[in-house]
Amino acid sequence: MIVTYRDALNQALREEMERDDRVFLMGEEVAVYQGAYKVSKGLLSEFGEMRVVDTPITELGFAGVGVGAAMVGLRPVIEFMSWNFALLALDQVVNSAAKMLYMSGGQYPIPMVFRGPSGAALQLAAQHSQAWESWLAHIPGLKVVTPGTPADAKGLLKSAIRDDNPVVVLEGEMLYNTKGDVPEGDHLVPLGAAELKREGDHCSIITNGKMILVALQVADQLASEGIRVDVLDLRTVRPLDVPAITASVRKTNRAVVLEEGWEMAGIGAQIVDTIQRECFDDLDAPVLRVHQADTPMPYAKNLERAAKPDAAKTIAAVKKVMYVAN
Amino acid sequence: MAKRRADTRNGVGDRALHHELLRTMLLQRRFEERCAEAYAVGKIGGFCHLYIGQEATGTGAISVLRDDDYVIGTYRDHAQAIARGIAPRAIMAELFGRIDGCSGGKGGSMHLFSREHNFLGGHGIVGGNIPLATGVAFAIKYRGGDQVCLCFFGEAAVNIGSFHESLNMAGLWKLPVIYVIENNRYGMGTALERASAINDIAERARAYDMPRSVVDGQDVLAVRQAVGEAVQRARTECVPTLIEARTYRFMGHSMSDAAAGTYRSKAELDEQLKRDPIALLRSRMQDKGEITDAEVTALDAEVRAQCEDAWQFADQSPEPPLEALYEDVLVDTTSDPELAPVAAGVPPTVAPIAAA
Ligand SMILES: Cc1ncc(C[n+]2csc(CCOP(=O)(O)OP(=O)(O)O)c2C)c(N)n1
Ligand SMILES: [Mg+2]
Repeated sequence: MIVTYRDALNQALREEMERDDRVFLMGEEVAVYQGAYKVSKGLLSEFGEMRVVDTPITELGFAGVGVGAAMVGLRPVIEFMSWNFALLALDQVVNSAAKMLYMSGGQYPIPMVFRGPSGAALQLAAQHSQAWESWLAHIPGLKVVTPGTPADAKGLLKSAIRDDNPVVVLEGEMLYNTKGDVPEGDHLVPLGAAELKREGDHCSIITNGKMILVALQVADQLASEGIRVDVLDLRTVRPLDVPAITASVRKTNRAVVLEEGWEMAGIGAQIVDTIQRECFDDLDAPVLRVHQADTPMPYAKNLERAAKPDAAKTIAAVKKVMYVAN
Repeated sequence: MAKRRADTRNGVGDRALHHELLRTMLLQRRFEERCAEAYAVGKIGGFCHLYIGQEATGTGAISVLRDDDYVIGTYRDHAQAIARGIAPRAIMAELFGRIDGCSGGKGGSMHLFSREHNFLGGHGIVGGNIPLATGVAFAIKYRGGDQVCLCFFGEAAVNIGSFHESLNMAGLWKLPVIYVIENNRYGMGTALERASAINDIAERARAYDMPRSVVDGQDVLAVRQAVGEAVQRARTECVPTLIEARTYRFMGHSMSDAAAGTYRSKAELDEQLKRDPIALLRSRMQDKGEITDAEVTALDAEVRAQCEDAWQFADQSPEPPLEALYEDVLVDTTSDPELAPVAAGVPPTVAPIAAA
């Protein structure tokens, strides 16, 4: 069935809330307003105000309310209107949710989900355009998923809700309207499993989240020039699917890592590290990274375009590792 | 200890109750004296914050709870853990970083936990536990239960954002939570008057349409009374309360801080030492003929023996095995909700999580 990314998330929430009474959705504008991006459309009338809860603008507070509820057995889904606002909630995500199981010696698992859009949309400028995977993937005790397609959005969110650990789901404003085929029925995508979204044998493009759309565009364009790339969608950035990364690189002997966020200490650095350790003898060229420019996000259209990773930059990187002229 | 009773009536005159309260406070005092000793010889490491002087606040408050209620506190959590009935052995073993500790040796002084006692932890970030308590109360209401959540924090924590965010939601949603401010007048070395725009901090409850009270935190029976009323209100009417217990810590902020000399004077401390909460209860009991000097001596000997036993136990408990380093980072199951279905607004049992 062809559905939007937004509706795929909505289906996931509805199905999991029907399946398990302990699951509830909490966040700003999720109930009466039906979600800032309409992801929770219809849920209030279906499940009532105890299970679809509008909060004040109080990110730290309601993130912690979710963790407290999870400590005593509920399964909260906490929606951040944007992960950019979740910076205020980070203490509860990191110090409470991620560490509770460990510091309690295994007594208090935190079965919950923190979700919302991450990264840049269009011309939202510096404070509303931040990609979060590198920040969150740094934290032991969290799982971090970044669905790039409607099918993965549904399948990963459902798995995240059923997982007994705190799972962070990074969506994308630019993804909500995208359409794709979503399998009928109880569609689950396992956490921690990458997927080869395109097969090729010349070079691996390893990426995640909304960058998948860029990578697929790159793959099409390169195919017309006779260059066949693997597009590996990590889907989960913590835990990383190391076997999938190494299998692809061992096949192609070349890799470009494409990420939405900044270069410094970015998730791409971790992937390159994995490759140099596991595939040292397989490489025919240094691994290159494509990422956001090392600046806050500018507003002006031309500057924003220059700052973001895109197809042209990725193609140039692929050609460089293949030693062909751009 | 008294937590085992569901009795929230004014317990004044109840001889057995007074004995229990005295016993608990004396145990807390002797236990923490041993903590200081263990810290000095390096058996306890890290940060270690003692509750000495404040025993009446935690003890009185916890004494009115039922077993199925919840307690959550700060890094200054040894005495609350004792009042909640966690074995001194398990607490001391935790402080020593041993396998038999109540958090398996992974939490330490600031992170005591016991699922068996609904003791939801000591938390090391000032204000960090306040949203958690609010969420526990949300879950109670979600399930239609009549438990309450008791949340402790210091007077300095009322200045952090999570306090405001949490009390606003609790007031807005009418959650069964009791916030107990342990006002010991200082946040580390900063006096209340140097940190808060208003000095009557219980007044802050007005902003959240929440009942409030101020109580003498050195008087265990007064604390019991105030918290008892709040608990009753939370149970039956689902109304949160902010309680300010005015107390004083007799030791430094943590083991590295002198008891007096910099931010507070020796004279001030000496004045406060006259209102030792244990001495206050004891003399009240003696006045009423509820306890003899010989009984006090015997009780003291008994709790000292219990602390010695806890020390010996902790000292002999093994360190956690190195494999434990990588355990408890994540739960490796996905729970099946069919195992533990709970309907919203249905009875107050806490559904077990498969992996818990
Ligand atoms: C967010 C945060 N800031 C600073 C600290 C360091 N710190 C630990 S305890 C403390 C004082 C807190 O005082 P209060 O809330 O009155 O509690 P008390 O220690 O007096 O029991 C400070 C500043 C911390 N743990 N967390
Ligand atoms: Mg204080």
